[in-house]
Amino acid sequence: MGRKILFITTDQQRYDTLGCNGGTIARTPVIDTVASQGIRYERAHPQSVVCMPSRSTMLTGQHVSTHGVWMNGVPLPDDAPSVAEVLQQAGYRTAIVGKPHFEPFLDPFGRFAENGFASRGTFGPHRGFEHFESATHGAAGPLHYARWLTSTHPEAVGMFYPVLDSSLEVNAMGGGDTGAPQAWANQIPKEWYHTDWVADRTISWLDSLSVDDDWFCWMSFPDPHHPWDPPASEVGRIDWHDVPLPAGYIADAAEREAVLDAKPAHYRAWYDGRLVSNYEAPAAWVPATLTADQLREVTALNAVECELIDEAIGRVLAAISVRGWTDDVDIVFTTDHGELGGDFGLLFKGPYHVDGLMRLPFIWRPAPSAGVAPAVVTKPVGHLDLAPTFCAIAGLAAAPWMEGKALPVDDADADARHFERVLTEWDSELFGVGVHARTITRDGYVCTTYLPGTAHDGTEGELYDMADDPLQRVNRWADPAFAALRSDLVADLWDHQPPMKSPLPTVEAPV
Amino acid sequence: MYGSTRHEVRINRPAADVWALAGDPAKLHHWFPGIVDCTVDGTSRVIVTGSGIPMPEEILLCDSTQRRFQYRLTIPIFKHHRGTIDIIDLGDDTCLAVYSTEADPRAMALVIGGGSLGALKELKRQLETPTEEHN
Repeated sequence: MGRKILFITTDQQRYDTLGCNGGTIARTPVIDTVASQGIRYERAHPQSVVCMPSRSTMLTGQHVSTHGVWMNGVPLPDDAPSVAEVLQQAGYRTAIVGKPHFEPFLDPFGRFAENGFASRGTFGPHRGFEHFESATHGAAGPLHYARWLTSTHPEAVGMFYPVLDSSLEVNAMGGGDTGAPQAWANQIPKEWYHTDWVADRTISWLDSLSVDDDWFCWMSFPDPHHPWDPPASEVGRIDWHDVPLPAGYIADAAEREAVLDAKPAHYRAWYDGRLVSNYEAPAAWVPATLTADQLREVTALNAVECELIDEAIGRVLAAISVRGWTDDVDIVFTTDHGELGGDFGLLFKGPYHVDGLMRLPFIWRPAPSAGVAPAVVTKPVGHLDLAPTFCAIAGLAAAPWMEGKALPVDDADADARHFERVLTEWDSELFGVGVHARTITRDGYVCTTYLPGTAHDGTEGELYDMADDPLQRVNRWADPAFAALRSDLVADLWDHQPPMKSPLPTVEAPV
Repeated sequence: MYGSTRHEVRINRPAADVWALAGDPAKLHHWFPGIVDCTVDGTSRVIVTGSGIPMPEEILLCDSTQRRFQYRLTIPIFKHHRGTIDIIDLGDDTCLAVYSTEADPRAMALVIGGGSLGALKELKRQLETPTEEHN
């Protein structure tokens, strides 16, 4: 009997929403305890800041350019490498419960496998997962959660915020007390909400296993991704009136806009409503209209969703304890990417490689039986390193197609194994608007270079000193004092950046 | 908001052979993955998608001389839709099959465009596979 792996992901969760990372709004005692028993990574970055590319990196252990899911709407091929398949072939029982999103969600033709299981009443297998039980942010669509809610509680289906508007764009409709975009009073009972459903279904699958089985379970919560529509019964946990404005929000409009103006042009263009570069944020919402109270309310609702996730994880860990597995279970917790969360007056996500989107909550509690000491790792790691870590936990060599390394257990280990840099990519081409960026994080700096596109001529960039400027307000890209550093970082980036898969896979849906 | 997509594939078969399949409005479900049924009545066609959604369409043009087929989806979600299939003779017993989609809402242009890319690949596969039965 070997070590078992509980891989927990959330969707669009900021680093600073966890108590163990300094968060003060959401109470997250379960994950805080897991972090205290294990390794907490302070500089973990995704290889993409949107869902499908990022999740594809987690599954394949490959850079975005290698697996080729270069933007949302590009499906990961069915035969793409999968760490779940590696583990399954080694004898592990395997499951994913919750949000997969390796394939486009808008799929009226039913072309993509992950959208077809629920309608047939089946649960995989797919991509090495013997059990594939899916959910997304609401009750619409073809996934298992939507089918379950429609069949068992049809009166609740219409209670969620409508994620898309009548034009099938991400909805800009305001709600809640302040009219904040995607804020909503969802009357669904807590026990029917997808967070509890994901935990319930995870427990059900774990309970189906033999106590002697080795298993890999990816529990993938759709929250705290917008819409911010947690069960209304839970909203009173946090009074938004009492929520402080985030450190990254600049209250003075003139100061905020001056900071935006020092960044590449697409920041201010989106803020002003002059450019919509990507599908993931509401096209009809103009960030400049965001009020301080709206941000307080969004932050509070987001925190409620984080608390619900924490409590759901606690239920799953209790179920694992009942089975007697705790000492042999590795827990890995992260998210696919962050949320702008009011930084620079922005919400949602897009081609903005700043900490709000890039700095991930990232925790590994090795199985207690492995005897690994708790630690904090400050060196850069990434999603790329997850698949090799899962292999290492299982006693397997990393597959040759994996491009990362098993996670370090402390900074000395990170130094010894050369965890020096982490790369993040952005490419989007949507209705004539193209943005292309490559980012390296190394030696305490975040450096992004833009390739030619709609808003960029290829000379633009961003360079932030994370020690002196943790809120990334001062762009050093054009500062002569940083010219040599900038050149070195960009050269290092291109030395390690794999070439984009060719031919370039096609965008087959907006998301 | 309005959007468009365009996909093409070169097929190693004469244009007339390709048009015989792609230009027959009643045979769309034979080569468009995700369309499971197709009924034609005059200029009206109803397709049924793999997820069970019936979609009524109006056939706008079926021109065997130009080898151009055009149709539009008439369900209310569309403010505008036009799909165009062109089979272009390249003069060497091969042809280019082009599938264009214009739509408002624009998100549907991407969704249908993704389906049409898969359809072109399937059309090529069927027509370039000697034993494939497609009649």
